[in-house]
Amino acid sequence: MKMPGARIVLECLKREGVDIIFGLPGGAVLPIYDALYDFQGLRHILVRQEAAAGHAAEGYARTSGKVGVCLVTSGPAATNLVTALQDAYMDSMPIVAFTGQVPTHLIGNDAFQEADNVGITRPCTKHNFLVKDGKDLGPTIREAFHIASTGRPGPVHVDLPKDVLVKEWELVWPEKVHLRSYNPTYDGHPGQVKRAAKLLVRAKKPVLYVGGGVISADASAELYELAELTQIPVTQTLMGLGSFPMAHPLSLDMLGMHGSYYANMAVHHSDVLIAVGARFDDRVTGRVDAFAPNAEIVHIDIDPSSISKNIKVDVPIVGDCKRVLAKLLEAVREELREEPSAAVREGRRAWAEQLAQWKRDFPFRYEWSDEVVKPQYVVQEISNVTGGEAFIVTGVGQHQMWAAQYYRFKHPRMWCTSGGLGTMGYGLPTAMGVQAANPGKLVINIDGDGSFAMNSQELATCFTEGLPVKTVIINNSGHGMVRQWQRIIYKERYCAIDLPGIPDWVKLAEAYGCVGLRVTKPSELVPAIEKMISTPAPVVLDVCVDKDECVFPMVPAGVLGRCQPSTYNRVRLRPAPPSGLAWLVIWPGTRRSLSASSRSSLAGF
Amino acid sequence: MQNGSGPRKHTIAVLVENKFGVLSRVAGLFSARGYNIESLSVGETLDPSVSRMTLVVTGDEFVIEQVTKQLHKLIDVIKVSDLTDDDHVERELMLIRVNAEPQHREEILRTADIFRAKVVDVTPVSFTLEATGDAGKLEALVELLRPMGVQELVRTGKVAIARGSKVRVRKVDAPKKARVSDDPKVVGFAD
Repeated sequence: MKMPGARIVLECLKREGVDIIFGLPGGAVLPIYDALYDFQGLRHILVRQEAAAGHAAEGYARTSGKVGVCLVTSGPAATNLVTALQDAYMDSMPIVAFTGQVPTHLIGNDAFQEADNVGITRPCTKHNFLVKDGKDLGPTIREAFHIASTGRPGPVHVDLPKDVLVKEWELVWPEKVHLRSYNPTYDGHPGQVKRAAKLLVRAKKPVLYVGGGVISADASAELYELAELTQIPVTQTLMGLGSFPMAHPLSLDMLGMHGSYYANMAVHHSDVLIAVGARFDDRVTGRVDAFAPNAEIVHIDIDPSSISKNIKVDVPIVGDCKRVLAKLLEAVREELREEPSAAVREGRRAWAEQLAQWKRDFPFRYEWSDEVVKPQYVVQEISNVTGGEAFIVTGVGQHQMWAAQYYRFKHPRMWCTSGGLGTMGYGLPTAMGVQAANPGKLVINIDGDGSFAMNSQELATCFTEGLPVKTVIINNSGHGMVRQWQRIIYKERYCAIDLPGIPDWVKLAEAYGCVGLRVTKPSELVPAIEKMISTPAPVVLDVCVDKDECVFPMVPAGVLGRCQPSTYNRVRLRPAPPSGLAWLVIWPGTRRSLSASSRSSLAGF
Repeated sequence: MQNGSGPRKHTIAVLVENKFGVLSRVAGLFSARGYNIESLSVGETLDPSVSRMTLVVTGDEFVIEQVTKQLHKLIDVIKVSDLTDDDHVERELMLIRVNAEPQHREEILRTADIFRAKVVDVTPVSFTLEATGDAGKLEALVELLRPMGVQELVRTGKVAIARGSKVRVRKVDAPKKARVSDDPKVVGFAD
């Protein structure tokens, strides 16, 4: 039976198991919206700006484990979507994005609302397609979902010219997708797995360094089992948060620039580092030649190009984290039949003691105030009140780091943040996607005033689509992270960072039909959070916090390796870190502490 | 990152799907990561749905490893082989139009003969020569012709193939073609 291309698109989406599309109509995709008018079984969520559709699809994908779908029109809509595509690409989020395109005979003619969509999205998608022939619609959509969700997940873009959507075609639906040029490796090399197992059981100072790949592969259970079995401590990247419960004694929390002191120290002093689904991002490693200098590194990743990209790896294992960890568990059990040597046992005992001491002596901390709300306190209380059982989404900036530091993560797939691209404005639209995928669940968007302002129009979507997202604005009346850098590195020459108290977020929330709440004193916080959670509508909780607060520790890792760290952390950091540590640790209270030369070398980051 | 060896030229053969946009994907990969392509040539293979690209890239081990991995990562790339350290033959074709005044015509023909180049166009005042060989040979020919005055010159970029019987491409049934040596238009393959 022949049907219009637009209808074929919707049929294909249904067959792929799609239940929700985030989108915004326009000229070139009108045929799809016409087909949607009486199409059963697909919910369309109308966003207010196209990037929001992309971010919502990301949130949907991350928390549901399915492919997120967004649909926008040609030209400006497609270019608006680019930010979300690059964001999804860097954070390996499986989404399929459809854009409209001018009719095929007008392509290249500078037609109205025309842009070279596939040309623009080529470097920011895993793959993209321009469908010029209706016969290809089914196979292309099938391939798009296959590519997005397999291997290292990522965004796939499908560009749909209007005439292809209007004309009638036979629906072609291949049962299986076979791409001769695309065959991801899932099973790790058995020899390498064995080598890794041997390293692991003989290590005296091992650390597991786990990233978002563990979550994408649903490998948290295997990771937990491995950590328990071997008693190896686990540190998580920003993207990996939730893959290992933070309450567990083996958890070292987050590592990297704003990671915990103990995680960074542990990685630096480790003799075997097992990276699982992480990519040695510069925010984790800093200066690469000073990163984990004494460690033999095992790297498990499904993307071969991630391996030995930044850091030379000793035991590369290309494969799916879940399958490789399962095999590794077997191999480790095999190795453990033989009792580890006394030296190893003694080494491990000393290591555990050392880690416990670092954890005890240098926890995340901030100075309490009775007068003004400390931003860290806000996150702490959200964590306490929700018991770590809420879906947490963030924007980008200081609040994002505080959320990562102070929220006690329990479960995978309950945390969404823009890790790779650092997209401000990510919070609210992503939270919408999370809420749409998880109706009835508590979704909290911890946002900053600067970040929230970039997509606050989506409150309208929350209201009209019945998505009761709770937003907590950590409001420091400015671009806090920029302020922090200008303060520490640019001699307090503050420039273009003030957002002086406008808009009034409570009024804005009310203008969008949402509930607005405000907190200015620490004592008001917990009742306000409780009220926010018990309100069935979307809520904006504006918390006015201490604008001078900085995210600490701040480890501009390695850049200052040639300086003596102790010069900089005299104020609070006692005992001083062992010499040879390549990090500068800026601790609370360290204010005017950088020399001109170190400032300039920091500025590069 | 520490490297085993310094930068050198690598010849990389890439089999890709013969679809629009593939060249742009490959070129984009290089520009996005700041790698430089020295030469690139593309052509159809025995299987018309597959094209073969020959890339010449300069880089150390680390860069080349990333280049090959990133190429592999492109969905339309079927196979990547770095021919540099394998036994292989590489050739480039050059067309060169040179001034041919009466007093130089003999010398140009002699030079062409030495280089097994072929005259493909003649006018009273110029010769156009077709020459194949590796980069060194072509450069030597240009140097010898330079004093006569080179009007225009064009080179294809390098193509390369592994020596011996190793099968690198899927066997595809194709119409029987004349062997290269039977083709009178092709000269200069035997050094």
